[in-house]
Amino acid sequence: MTLFPIQISIPSIPRPVKPTGLWSWLTTIDHKRIGILYGVTAFILFLSGGIEATLMRLQLSGPELDLVSAEVYNQLFTMHGTTMIFLAIMPMGAAFFNFIIPLQIGARDVAFPRLNAFSYWTFLAGAIMLKLSWIGGATNAGWFGYAPLTSVSQNPGTGIDFWIISLQILGVASLAAAFNFIVTIINMRAPGMHMMRLPVFIWMSFITAILLVLAFPVITVALIELTLDRYYDFNFFNVANGGSVVLWQHLFWVFGHPEVYILILPAMGIVSEVLPVFSRKPLFGYSTIVLAGAIIAFMGWMVWSHHMFTVGLGPAANAIFTITTMLIAVPTGIKVFNWLATIWGGSIKLNTPMLFSLGFIAMFLIGGISGVMHAVSASDAQQQDTYFIPAHIHYAVFGGAIMALMSGVHYWFQKTTGKMFGEILGKFHFWTLMLGQNLTFFPMHFVGLEGMPRRIYTYAEGMGWDLWNGVSTFGVFILIISFLAFMLNVIKSWKSGPIAPADPWDARTLEWSIPSPAPEYNFSEIPQVKALDDWWVTKQENPDIEVPDALENHSIHLPQPSYWPFVTALGILIAAYGVVFNDLLVPYLIAGIGTLVTFIGVYSWSLEPVNDPDEHTSH
Amino acid sequence: MNIKKITTILLAGIILTLTACYPENFNQTTFHPYGPVAERQLDIFWLILIGGIVVFLLVEGILIYSALKFRRKKDSPLPKQIHGNHKLEIVWTVIPGIVVLIFSILSINTLMYAADVPKDAEGNLGNHKSLHAIGHQWWFEFRYPHPNDDSQQVVLANEVYIPVGIPVRIELDTVDVIHSFWVPKLAGKVDMVPKPKDRNGVKDNNYMWFEASEPGIYFGQCAEFCGASHANMKFKIIAVTPSEYDAWLMTQIEPAAEWPDPLAKEGADVFKSAGCSGCHSLKPVAKIGSKGRLGPNLTHVASRTHLAAGMLNNTISLNTTTINDAYLQENLRDWITNPASIKPGNLMSAQATVYTDPDKALTESQISALIAYLTTLK
Repeated sequence: MTLFPIQISIPSIPRPVKPTGLWSWLTTIDHKRIGILYGVTAFILFLSGGIEATLMRLQLSGPELDLVSAEVYNQLFTMHGTTMIFLAIMPMGAAFFNFIIPLQIGARDVAFPRLNAFSYWTFLAGAIMLKLSWIGGATNAGWFGYAPLTSVSQNPGTGIDFWIISLQILGVASLAAAFNFIVTIINMRAPGMHMMRLPVFIWMSFITAILLVLAFPVITVALIELTLDRYYDFNFFNVANGGSVVLWQHLFWVFGHPEVYILILPAMGIVSEVLPVFSRKPLFGYSTIVLAGAIIAFMGWMVWSHHMFTVGLGPAANAIFTITTMLIAVPTGIKVFNWLATIWGGSIKLNTPMLFSLGFIAMFLIGGISGVMHAVSASDAQQQDTYFIPAHIHYAVFGGAIMALMSGVHYWFQKTTGKMFGEILGKFHFWTLMLGQNLTFFPMHFVGLEGMPRRIYTYAEGMGWDLWNGVSTFGVFILIISFLAFMLNVIKSWKSGPIAPADPWDARTLEWSIPSPAPEYNFSEIPQVKALDDWWVTKQENPDIEVPDALENHSIHLPQPSYWPFVTALGILIAAYGVVFNDLLVPYLIAGIGTLVTFIGVYSWSLEPVNDPDEHTSH
Repeated sequence: MNIKKITTILLAGIILTLTACYPENFNQTTFHPYGPVAERQLDIFWLILIGGIVVFLLVEGILIYSALKFRRKKDSPLPKQIHGNHKLEIVWTVIPGIVVLIFSILSINTLMYAADVPKDAEGNLGNHKSLHAIGHQWWFEFRYPHPNDDSQQVVLANEVYIPVGIPVRIELDTVDVIHSFWVPKLAGKVDMVPKPKDRNGVKDNNYMWFEASEPGIYFGQCAEFCGASHANMKFKIIAVTPSEYDAWLMTQIEPAAEWPDPLAKEGADVFKSAGCSGCHSLKPVAKIGSKGRLGPNLTHVASRTHLAAGMLNNTISLNTTTINDAYLQENLRDWITNPASIKPGNLMSAQATVYTDPDKALTESQISALIAYLTTLK
């Protein structure tokens, strides 16, 4: 049956079939491979953000140093913030969403596999755009890009334009991915897995995806306004003509605060998976933890002005936002207490995933406490825009999100590669990471309270900042050693680690009921779910159950690879590069070519044939 | 020894240790407030810190205890499978909820107190001095009401005097981007935000207040990222007794006394011919609300303890206001010779023709004359 008669007359390229090699990665729509792509790319970008941070720390290691210029320093911290948030931690979360969601809900792939590939390639396009801006002067107005520093008169170069376009592209990638995950979680669950049987990681992914869908349009609108200001002399943020610079701050933080929860909720999901497995106890208060996550996400919309306590919104506004921000500590506290109750009285095994999860609680708590300190606007008046804030954010996002993501890597590595992850190097990585991050970030509390503003490229001697800045910089070297050990561990374990059994941790969720590495088809038979922690319950009822080996040849129908997500994203990259230089002929041509490529990509995508002769409808 | 004695010794020990560890009195520390606003803000900080330490010890304690105590051994049986406990969960929802609400309400008191000068019995703002601070990339302009003429303001840069024991209310404005006005020892910061004028030409500017409880020099710095030289935007507040303050203000409304030094006279001509006077005013007063010139007012530049917004010190130490003329002249030379190295991106080195046009660059003798002249501007 043909839906549209016109389809017959269009020459179409058959789908790619190669199972290995470069082309197989460029055209893959397997959620597991895309997850690996996301993870590896995000980690490389994490390293690039780390190099930017190292340069800053070297510059600040002592007073009045001259390693980088003021201008370069400003570009460094802007790029560091933007990179770590949008190019490292968010996509690392996406790596886990991709790899884990279908496995944990008992599905063979996500709802829209080609859209999933498109999300990845578009994300990569956005990342390339941002990093390209180093050629010719990167963006330098801070990751928050406050007006009017982003105006043409203050910032005539193309750095800001690269930043704007890059964030817009990343927004497209994130929105496509978020919709995909929402639909996947709602529609693709195995029979019997109703919502209150979803693993907590799935719940947190679901909430994160909803936050993404609601938050990104706000920053998109703000960035469009900024583009209009910069390219076409609009006056959204031009005070001289009646615009408002505070409008940008409201828009940015209405997006920016939920963004913080976009970074941390997946981390909380991972920890909620790991703690019960290594304590051999169910998660304490499953429904409370899920509800607390939802409440955090909901309240995350009511607290944005705590980033603006010193902007002069008035004592009434500051009082209200103090109370809402303080209240958000309550659901966060519930989660922490429930985690403690989970491990309390358990049978705890301190394997690397567990160490990282416990480390997450220990570090995230510090970030939470300092968060309460500047949630109170009266004491925030002394802390806002000082080093106290970087201390807080790094305990939340490095000690929090990164630690939990590392926990996830150690936990699911076996399912990804089929190899055991080296425990000794893993433990070395953990302890050096704990030491390094505390040396790096804890002193920032002190210098902040001793009056060191953030975002300064140098400082005078004798302010009481010298020693602690030196300690901070020293800590970075331990972090570097730590991550070198991690990379070595990944390479070594992947190449020559011992073969991993299907269920090495005696775990609870469905992904451990299939062979390691997870076969292309995930589940040879879609499981029937009868309880929360279904795999654990199954093992309790039937202790002798064995995971069957992966099938050599199977006739399970899977979505087929496609060229077009890659081509479409490539077109977006080309077009974006042209748009940045908006006033020249050649860039216009480039933008035109890019648009054409994207158009061809979308067109071919929609009319792509199916290789499988038995199939009559496209996916 | 009885318990009382032991407790006393323990307490004394703890207090001694804490005093020894108490952060030193550095120039911008928030731990040594010298005024009621900063004091109250510090009190709130301590309150939450104590609460935070209790939570920290509790959670980290349980975490470490559990990780050590409940380790799996070879023969460990399957632990009791507990799925939750609603009573416990209600406890750790309600108690933190009450605690944070109490903290919030206590802090709102301080917030309201810090918002504006305390009111008198009739509900008007109590006795206070007003002044204007205007942020520029990258220096601060200050304007006082003229003591004898209501239509005029006294214009200064980067350094202001305030009377001890009298609240000072500062209106915060900016001519370019957002800056933030912060003197950690006197009060938390408030941003200087560009605002549009309303129909009557009035701007709804931010303001803040503080009061210095002791005479002294208080260091301030811009706290909101404001472009290339954000790190190089500092200022000082010098608190003196009210009578000294009144005397000081009277000196500021007059131009500097002229010196009959021939080199200085030559320098005065260079100041005009080289275009300095295009951006730097030498008039001590200006009409209220008038737009100042681009650069800092230099009327009394030789009486300031520092140059280039806190970058170059004209005094032997940071704790004195006595100017050392040799330092001042050396600093002037450094600044005039290469301002971009001291303050990257500054307007003067980017726009003044003596820096942009090599043909018009100042000669050595011109620079010396200029320094001689500027040194007379006491």
